[in-house]
Amino acid sequence: MSHTFYVAVSYIAAFAVSFGLVAWVWLDHRARQRELAQLEAAGIRRRSDRSEAAQ
Amino acid sequence: MSEPSLAIRNFSDLANPTRFLALVAVLWPWLAGLTLCLFAAGLYLSFTTEGDYQQGETVRIMYVHVPAAWLSMMCYTVMALSALGTLVWRHPLADVSAKAAAPIGAGFTFLALVTGSLWGKPMWGTWWVWDARLTSVFVLFLMYLGLIALNRAMDDPARAAKVSAVLILVGFVNIPIIKFSVEWWNTLHQPASVVRMGGPTIDPEFLHPLLIMAVAFTLLFFTLHILAMRNEILRRRIAVLRRHAARAAGRKKGAA
Repeated sequence: MSHTFYVAVSYIAAFAVSFGLVAWVWLDHRARQRELAQLEAAGIRRRSDRSEAAQ
Repeated sequence: MSEPSLAIRNFSDLANPTRFLALVAVLWPWLAGLTLCLFAAGLYLSFTTEGDYQQGETVRIMYVHVPAAWLSMMCYTVMALSALGTLVWRHPLADVSAKAAAPIGAGFTFLALVTGSLWGKPMWGTWWVWDARLTSVFVLFLMYLGLIALNRAMDDPARAAKVSAVLILVGFVNIPIIKFSVEWWNTLHQPASVVRMGGPTIDPEFLHPLLIMAVAFTLLFFTLHILAMRNEILRRRIAVLRRHAARAAGRKKGAA
């Protein structure tokens, strides 16, 4: 196999790992936001949020 | 009632997760933008500079392999400092930091192993050898996986934080072993050529893209780390809310 093959696979691996970590952080954030929104819809809020809403 | 101030005047102000989240919201777009700019410059230099007279084109693998290997050790050092924060100062965000960093460290260590292998095959004639440097980095990868598994296996976050912190600090002994393995033992892996007494020994043609890529990867790490910490804070808030809701429902049931 040529050197170009090893270089190309290395950069593809670097992109895949970086993209994977970015996707993990992004999807995790979306899932947590959705979960918080569901709790809020069910009337479950943090005490500090409740006092702000009451004002 | 007056609004709580979100201004951060000293390091201890970051102990307040709400303040930390406000700081992350301001900081992350700038960090991400700077990371992208540095990656653009680093990748441009990585593919426009000359190949090496001996290694040929494979020298370009170094521009992703070396930063990934540096980050694998830096991430563990961040985790060790966080573990100290948990055990010594009981900083509320220290465990959040250690837990959020582990998957990122595992990712970069995996990348260092894969790209090292991809460089080793054409240059050494083998994908892998059990020499001191390669073996100690592989042990580091296993330690990251072990810490992720441990955190997921324990239900009580306070107990998981303490056990993880102790394990992280014990495992930190591996970091100087990785760094000095190429000097203490006779390894196939070459000795340090950038961070060494007497300055770098590599040509500026290779040093410039390498340093820019290293800074880009480091900024990527910090961007991912603060965003992963934000997710972990939200996860803990959700767990507390669910617990409170379950308790309130139990009390209502008891009163009825």
